[in-house]
Amino acid sequence: MSPALAQWLQLTINGMAIGAIYALVALGLVLTYKATEVLNFAHGDVLMASSFVGWGLIVGLGWPFWLAALATVLFAGLFSWQLDARIMRRIVGQPQFAGVMLTIAMAFMLRGLVSMSFGPESRTYPTPWSGQTTRLAGLVVNDLSLAIVAAALLITLALFWFLKKTALGISIQAASQNQLAAYLSGIRVKRISSLVWGISGGIAAVCGLLLAPIALVDIGLWIVMLKALAAVVLGGFGSVPGAILGGLLLGVIEQFSGVYLPDGFKDAMAYLVLIGVLILWPRGLLGEAHGRRV
Amino acid sequence: MSVFAVSDLSLRFGGVQAIGELSFSVNQGEVFAIIGPNGAGKTSVLNVITRVFDPSYGRVVFEGQDITRLPRHRVVHSGIARTFQNIELFEGGTVLDNLLLGRHRFGHGNFFAQWLWTPAVRDAEAASRARVEDVIELLDLMPHRNSPVAGLPYGVRKIVELARALVTEPRLLLLDEPASGLNPEETRELAFWIGDIQKDLGITVIMVEHDMSLVCETADRVLCMNMGQLLALGKPGEVQANPDVITAYLGA
Amino acid sequence: MRFSYDTNYRDAHALLRYLPGRLAYVLLLAALLIAPWVMPKYVVGELSYVFIMCIVSLGLMVLVGYTGQVSLGHSAFIAIGAYTHTWLLAQGTPLLASMLMAAGFTGLLGLVIGLPAIRVSGLYLAMVTLAFAILTEHVIGHWKSVTGGFGGLAVGSPVLFGQDLSKLQYFYYLCLALLVLVLLGLLNLLRAKTGRAFMGVRDSEAAAYSLGIWVAGYKVLAFVVSAVVTGLGGALLAHHVGFLTPEGFGLILSLELVLMVTIGGLGSLRGAILGAILISMLPTFISRIKPLLPEQIAKQFGLETFVFGLVLAVFVLFEPKGLNGRWIKFKTFLETFPLYRQDMFKRGKSYMKSERYK
Repeated sequence: MSPALAQWLQLTINGMAIGAIYALVALGLVLTYKATEVLNFAHGDVLMASSFVGWGLIVGLGWPFWLAALATVLFAGLFSWQLDARIMRRIVGQPQFAGVMLTIAMAFMLRGLVSMSFGPESRTYPTPWSGQTTRLAGLVVNDLSLAIVAAALLITLALFWFLKKTALGISIQAASQNQLAAYLSGIRVKRISSLVWGISGGIAAVCGLLLAPIALVDIGLWIVMLKALAAVVLGGFGSVPGAILGGLLLGVIEQFSGVYLPDGFKDAMAYLVLIGVLILWPRGLLGEAHGRRV
Repeated sequence: MSVFAVSDLSLRFGGVQAIGELSFSVNQGEVFAIIGPNGAGKTSVLNVITRVFDPSYGRVVFEGQDITRLPRHRVVHSGIARTFQNIELFEGGTVLDNLLLGRHRFGHGNFFAQWLWTPAVRDAEAASRARVEDVIELLDLMPHRNSPVAGLPYGVRKIVELARALVTEPRLLLLDEPASGLNPEETRELAFWIGDIQKDLGITVIMVEHDMSLVCETADRVLCMNMGQLLALGKPGEVQANPDVITAYLGA
Repeated sequence: MRFSYDTNYRDAHALLRYLPGRLAYVLLLAALLIAPWVMPKYVVGELSYVFIMCIVSLGLMVLVGYTGQVSLGHSAFIAIGAYTHTWLLAQGTPLLASMLMAAGFTGLLGLVIGLPAIRVSGLYLAMVTLAFAILTEHVIGHWKSVTGGFGGLAVGSPVLFGQDLSKLQYFYYLCLALLVLVLLGLLNLLRAKTGRAFMGVRDSEAAAYSLGIWVAGYKVLAFVVSAVVTGLGGALLAHHVGFLTPEGFGLILSLELVLMVTIGGLGSLRGAILGAILISMLPTFISRIKPLLPEQIAKQFGLETFVFGLVLAVFVLFEPKGLNGRWIKFKTFLETFPLYRQDMFKRGKSYMKSERYK
């Protein structure tokens, strides 16, 4: 194929790989937003903390990767479950701003704790895919990137099946649409919200574990949440498929702007997209409209 | 003498026709009630008049002025004030704060003078307060003057909203279900006040209401709506006896 | 409850109605005026910083507390105020003119951000302002010719009427004077028509429209006022730090500001000041108690971040009305003693009302 097309394809594939991470993180954000109407600013920090926990298990204790990954995901899920059950539940009924503030507080606390426990150095750990590449139709792809895309695909499909086909999943949808009606229908709303937070935490852990080998196990990992925010907005706030689509698109946009736009645009692209979408097309790609009856 | 008229008003929300070719007029100083089942489009009529929505078709005329496309915040300047079905008070303030906001349209003190709290600003504030006190006396809100609105009983909150509308010195008052949530005693008081507003203040009143006793006691004419269309229009007794109205709304 | 025995309307909207209040504030002012002569140097420097943070906090409070517009990106306005002022000083502009122009320019940018705020509200506005702050840091870092990029920019000395104000005491008085002016100005603005309109926009846009308040205009005005005040604080901050770098004006500073107004108590200027005092003095406080903590905790950095989070969490969970709420409760306790009832300020239970369909 021609070199231009090859470059395009390479960029797109790279973009999708990064985009898959954005999509997964965005997915976690949308889930908690739909369940409790709170934008979880601590999501990035759960992701970051999971990578440190993973490092601790793999490098510190010498566990095999899969075992450490499983343990970390369970731990993060449990942590997020408890976060909602013990702390976020206390401010139900208060304006949305209180929820945002509380998650910001949790984010700070988590960041501080990880900092104090592990110190400021960046680390890394080996994965089954580190350092290996595959050739796909003449292009070089990182095995790790493939793993990320595969994980994103698996998790998305599992989640869709869960939400649409199981009773519990449908209860989750009901509780997110009308909490009071859900209560009156016998759905254990509080428990369900905490469950969703737990799932979201688990997803964050997966993201952290897969992202850290690329971006290093570092406190700064939490910033990927801000990019995921742009992805959620692009896809349409409150839409689960939108989050995935937005994440993938954002990854691709970033890759292309890194090559075709002047220096410095690549890092700023996510935020430009966020502002642009919210001002010009607030519904995003697949989002819900909003208005209030007076 | 007609002072307010709605002609061929239509409002669509996507596939739903909320109001369909509605026409009616209201005379100076009368109390005009709009009744009908839920979803008939009654509140939508008020929302179109106060420019919350753009009508798909039709005109609204008040005192000879076409107000169909007025900017939303200019409605009160034409002399039209309203209350809301679900009370829209300013929950962060006291009764006084809410009422003083009603004086907003009578601009006082330019922006830079306010930073300096010039004597002109001070005097304008005192003048506002004096006018607000008149309405407080009219509606017996004296004991609640400095109370935060958030803690007040429901009936009092409704009255505060009515007071806030009156403070804007309207010539047309739109009341959206003023008696909803009020007990019979409070409803009787409301009937007296509506009568006072009509006779002493000379304000024309358009009232969306479900409480038929209040309607019969205060209204001069009644309009019954169903599914966005006009069903019957006339004196309270006539409309109450109308068979279509009974079928659609009142029940035999 | 103190009953109001006002006999004329002018007393009703006076700022300090009763003698104890007046006396207290006069004493406070006197104490602040003689502080540079009796306090050690580092305390004076610390107080100057607190005053600057108070100014910035007041700016944010007008926007968030009074008009209900969320901004997670106010560090951008501080940065713009600081860099503009520094650049103007370098061009030879006199001190006060430079400060005012920097504040004005920041206000202009407040207008630019305020315009989209008309359509975007709540959580979405929070995100837009967040992105704006990150972008500003980015632009400052890359616009090397004007801002010195990541290498930093040195700030010239403040010279007023020939006097070099970088001397500790003089700078202290400059900060104090500006704080008092800003505070009085805002107190006036917020008890007048504009302030009431702001609160109307915050509490119920529908009702505000129906009363003739031009909601869009007031939202933008709130942004402009907020930006101007914050920009002024930024200009002062430039002198305090002496050397500007983009990292100093990042997301963390924005969040610190939001912490100030939230912990202080949304909706009151007193809250803005109390919050600013608490948050700006927290790092000093933490470094003081570090020697007392067990070796393990004190050694690593991250303690500060953790404590910030902890303080915020405690306030959101247990005192949503913030420090100002505590103040009012304490004052009420004193005023109604011994009739203060435990549940006087109790909040009712409420269900989550969906704010999505707003």
